[in-house]
Amino acid sequence: MLAFILRRLGQSAFLLIAMAVLVFVSIFAIGDPIEVLLPADADQNEREAAIRHLGLDQPLWMQFAHFVWNLLHGDLGKSFVFGSDSLSLILGRLPATLELALVALILAALIGIPLGLIAGLKSQTWIGRLIMTTSIVGFSLPNFWFGIVMILVFAVQLQWLPSGGRGPTDTLFGIEFSLLNPQGWVNLIMPAATLAIYKVSLVIRLAYAGTREALLQDYVRFARAKGLSSSRIIGVHILKNILIPIVTVLGLELGSMIAFAVVTESVFAWPGMGKLLIDSIARLDRPVIVAYLMLVVTLFALINLCVDILYSVLDPRVRLSEGQS
Amino acid sequence: MSVLLDVQNLSTHFFTRAGRVPAVNDVSFSIGAGQVLGLVGESGSGKTVTGLSIMGIVDPPGRIVSGSIKLDGQELVGLDEAHWRKIRGNRIAMIFQDPMMTLNPVLRIETQMIETIKAHEAISDDAARQRCREALGNVGIPSPEERLSAYPHQFSGGMRQRVVIAIAMLLRPSLIIADEPTTALDVTIQAQIIAQVQKLAAETGTAIVWVTHDLAVVSGLSDRLAVMYAGRIIEEGATEQVLNFPRHPYTRGLLDSLPINNQRGQPLNQIPGATPSLLALPKGCAFAPRCALRQEDCEQGSIVETFHKEGRRWTCLHPVQDRAR
Repeated sequence: MLAFILRRLGQSAFLLIAMAVLVFVSIFAIGDPIEVLLPADADQNEREAAIRHLGLDQPLWMQFAHFVWNLLHGDLGKSFVFGSDSLSLILGRLPATLELALVALILAALIGIPLGLIAGLKSQTWIGRLIMTTSIVGFSLPNFWFGIVMILVFAVQLQWLPSGGRGPTDTLFGIEFSLLNPQGWVNLIMPAATLAIYKVSLVIRLAYAGTREALLQDYVRFARAKGLSSSRIIGVHILKNILIPIVTVLGLELGSMIAFAVVTESVFAWPGMGKLLIDSIARLDRPVIVAYLMLVVTLFALINLCVDILYSVLDPRVRLSEGQS
Repeated sequence: MSVLLDVQNLSTHFFTRAGRVPAVNDVSFSIGAGQVLGLVGESGSGKTVTGLSIMGIVDPPGRIVSGSIKLDGQELVGLDEAHWRKIRGNRIAMIFQDPMMTLNPVLRIETQMIETIKAHEAISDDAARQRCREALGNVGIPSPEERLSAYPHQFSGGMRQRVVIAIAMLLRPSLIIADEPTTALDVTIQAQIIAQVQKLAAETGTAIVWVTHDLAVVSGLSDRLAVMYAGRIIEEGATEQVLNFPRHPYTRGLLDSLPINNQRGQPLNQIPGATPSLLALPKGCAFAPRCALRQEDCEQGSIVETFHKEGRRWTCLHPVQDRAR
């Protein structure tokens, strides 16, 4: 188990380096951040001072070497634009996004799994068909559209919920959380629901397919032949088997929700990391972009590690071993 | 000898899009306490569905359309789910064909055993566990205490089928329906499992319906033999008589096709043609198109009447006259 985790972390480190090289080279190729950063009337001296200050006068490989050296000392560089430490800039926005993604994930699981189970168990009835048809809507319509419609209905027409912003937060361990504040919940519910809609549909379809497959298995038949109640058969025998693919997909989805909740965050003016990334790309603010992507890679690696560990909990046939990757 | 299970005119049909499939049609038989009935037929002859009907676990679109199943005089057909559930696993147990598929892969053996007892009795975990341990010991599983906490994939096929048998015997049922329990096993393991079931059934006075396509398996095991073809029992009688003096040409064909009844170096005997589709059964005798003894009157009328003589019955107008080879 420990060897497995260490090995996985080693692979992740390799991934991080590859990512850093890629981002460094590609942003260098896009253009010169100095053009974006300096006002149009800046003179030659100011230009050169700025270039030297940001370290852009050095060749790319030197810049990269500097970056790696600083990285090993726990420093991901300063933002070209804000002048502040890029990692703390991102981490300052992280709780808002993390909260949004986690609530969306929990919504997806709590709504998607039961609905998918019902649809799978009652696939021949109108309720099963209704759930599956509705899930196609959740799949095919774009996220921002849901967001805008929700704002129109709940914020503009009914005026039940605020149209955007994070609202009040409470502080725990020096980090601000909306979830600790009742008013924060009110602000969180619409963006989280918007982000969750696609995932709910996804989980419904996974749970549905899993349930239909499980129902045909002999172990379900045998469970019935043992005289078990249907709640025991569904809640233990079927559920535990269908959770395996759902956990995998939800893990991946959690990563992508944290990293790329950009659209939802824009629609609801949610002060998360997604907005920061888009702005930084527009300004070619390399340290922030690199730090952001490094963080995302780390997050993905950690989530996948957790998924693999959860796997071995759910499925006894999976044993974590060194040979596995 | 008292009659334990009395099945009269049982019909189980499947209502599919293509039409009504009479998987079990007008089937009648009875078993005395402690008796073994061999239910023989090829794939699709309705023997498994007969077993599932007795358990009350026929999946939709199938259902029992008419007939009567009496266990110790109690009518089971029409029983509500809650009452039928109390009988399943408790008074009638079922063993399935493929031990690789029968046990739930993600649950420990003890979980799958204890839940069976708890579905029928109010009992403490410790007491239930104690009984499970004894049950595993009784079916010849070494160090049952350790094996209780193992998962199904940690057992070989033969051992898994022993576990399944142990589960089936847990509540000392008066009847076990064994649906080809040895088909998926090696020949040597087959013999062990058969011996095990025979021993246990004799010790506890449990009656068995042994469903199989393999005449060789049941010949040494069963008291009586019922042969099914296209959803009907076409011949029934004491095992010895049916094997030595088959009346129905289909039974005769089955016996002739056994390798032991064939000459070395000669092609194996087979019954020409294939089982008819249950959706489009021929008029008269369903076996007539494949029958060497067919005469004109075989293909007239809706069904062929059943003849009874000296404790035997057959559904054939022109039965076989000579003895089997």
